[in-house]
Amino acid sequence: MSTTGRTPTPTEGGTLAAAPVPGTEKDSLGSRLTWALRDCWTIVEQELTHLARQPSTFAWQLGMPVVMVLMFVYVFGSAMDVTGQGAGEGYVDYAMPGMFAMTMAFGFMNTAFAVTLNKEKGFMDRYRSMPMAPSAVVTGRGVSDIIQAAVDLATIAGIALIVGWRAGGSLVETLAAFGLLLWLRLALIFVGIYLGLLIKNSEVAGSLFAVAFPLGFISSVFAPPEMMPGWLGAVAAWNPISSTANAIRELFATPGAGLGEPSYWIDGQALLGAVVWPALIMAIFVPLAVRQFQNLSR
Amino acid sequence: MNPSELTVRTRGLTKRYGAKLALDGVDLSVPRGTVHGLLGPNGAGKTTTVRILATLTRSDAGEASVAGYDVRTQPRQVRSSIGLVGQQTAIDDKLSARQNLTTFGRLFRLDRASARRRADELLEIFGLQESSGRSPKTFSGGMRRRLDLAASMILAPAVLFLDEPTTGLDPAGRREVWQAVRELAAQGTTVLMTTHYLDEADQLCDRISVIDHGRNFIEDTPAGLKRRIGDERLEVAVADPDALSGVADLVAGVTGLEVTVDREAGRTSVAVPDGVAALTAVASRIQAEQIEISDIGLRRPTLDEAFLHLTSEATR
Repeated sequence: MSTTGRTPTPTEGGTLAAAPVPGTEKDSLGSRLTWALRDCWTIVEQELTHLARQPSTFAWQLGMPVVMVLMFVYVFGSAMDVTGQGAGEGYVDYAMPGMFAMTMAFGFMNTAFAVTLNKEKGFMDRYRSMPMAPSAVVTGRGVSDIIQAAVDLATIAGIALIVGWRAGGSLVETLAAFGLLLWLRLALIFVGIYLGLLIKNSEVAGSLFAVAFPLGFISSVFAPPEMMPGWLGAVAAWNPISSTANAIRELFATPGAGLGEPSYWIDGQALLGAVVWPALIMAIFVPLAVRQFQNLSR
Repeated sequence: MNPSELTVRTRGLTKRYGAKLALDGVDLSVPRGTVHGLLGPNGAGKTTTVRILATLTRSDAGEASVAGYDVRTQPRQVRSSIGLVGQQTAIDDKLSARQNLTTFGRLFRLDRASARRRADELLEIFGLQESSGRSPKTFSGGMRRRLDLAASMILAPAVLFLDEPTTGLDPAGRREVWQAVRELAAQGTTVLMTTHYLDEADQLCDRISVIDHGRNFIEDTPAGLKRRIGDERLEVAVADPDALSGVADLVAGVTGLEVTVDREAGRTSVAVPDGVAALTAVASRIQAEQIEISDIGLRRPTLDEAFLHLTSEATR
């Protein structure tokens, strides 16, 4: 504590202490909703300030997908024959959309980790003891994660363009593809929030990777399920990530996206799957996340 | 006392976690503008009490009001009247100290200009203006806690809850935080703090509730509590066991009190009402008679001893 200079009283600055906090009295639903959105945006601003102050964090988060792109295109890619036209043929076009989908899918770990860390570091308690909208604690997280995801996607798409990937569809189709990717990410934000609230500490959250890795790879991300052993192929085909990956391959007009007759019904319904799967995930995990959040007061 | 003058009031507060009864009827009455301590060992129910009062946890039974609002039915009004400094320092290391305070200011729904103004005021009050642009990662423990305190004081709340505010701090950091708490209290903030340090409660609190096994069984001033716990003990230790009885006679002669002798430890011990006077008198006699001793000192009963004493007194 400084002993020199003026020591203002905490109440100095006029009516600050006496004025009721807006949006906390018996206000209309509309006013409370407006404040909930503003609180949410304040949290988003805080998250975006992190990025601005520490761009290196962002670079680290992207490190993994970038390494994967390079590995799968240059290390394994030349040995892969997914188009039936010889090893390496068209693999960039096949793998890049898969890469996009997987980056979105793995994003749930970032969400879970951030939520757990917030809980662990006492932020959740402080926020919940403040006259702000309690929901902003998690909605702010969600919105900033979507923004982050859009930036991630743009960066990876940039890298993909460098290694030779091209979107073959129309502009509308291309935008729709990116929309489906963010739709998947949005659904998984609620999975992340639920897990983040459920998990006791950030060390456990860090080990989510062990679960995410097989869930990400047993899909059509890097290889068509038709090439896998029967039972594994079925699991891979029904993986929600596969639907999104296949749907955006269609939208990007990826050569050989169909690869003959689909062996699994869901393979023929990629667009439908890419819309319905995330909706289904949200139908399950939004209530779970809400309940888990309310359980904090127990 | 008129209940309306009580800023924090609980009656029969009860909380159960599964089979464990965390709170078993806590009654607190904290008058406005005072510093009240919850003193007790880990797991006594201190943090649970604070969490219920700060609207973070719901009680199972009993009533609790903060700044005149019921914590169960008027949580939003309670939240507008309190500040919470939890056991963890809720500070964002990726923002500057100032950005931390402006963000919290925005979340307290100040407009941008007010949030900035308030941040600057608080940085000055808590002596952090020179470090305002730095990341709190580079701060000392005491500075981090002060920033944490500043963040909880954005609205100049009527009641400030501090949950073990100095746990994990070095002695300098503890003193910094104590000083900050004293100044807030002097300006009229009601403070309810938990601690498991007897000396911390002694330093800061007007009144102390001793809490254990989910019940507060004694409430007293620090001086009164110390009286109950018992006097300081003057201990003299010798290296040569043969000198022990001589030392015991000397201490008994100087103080005129009953001396206990611990032969195994080679130490005599006596409860003294005025520790410093007894220490000075005994030390100068020992020096005059040129007796060789290995140690001499005053020792307060440890919190464990005090608890044993207080719980047995309360159940008597």
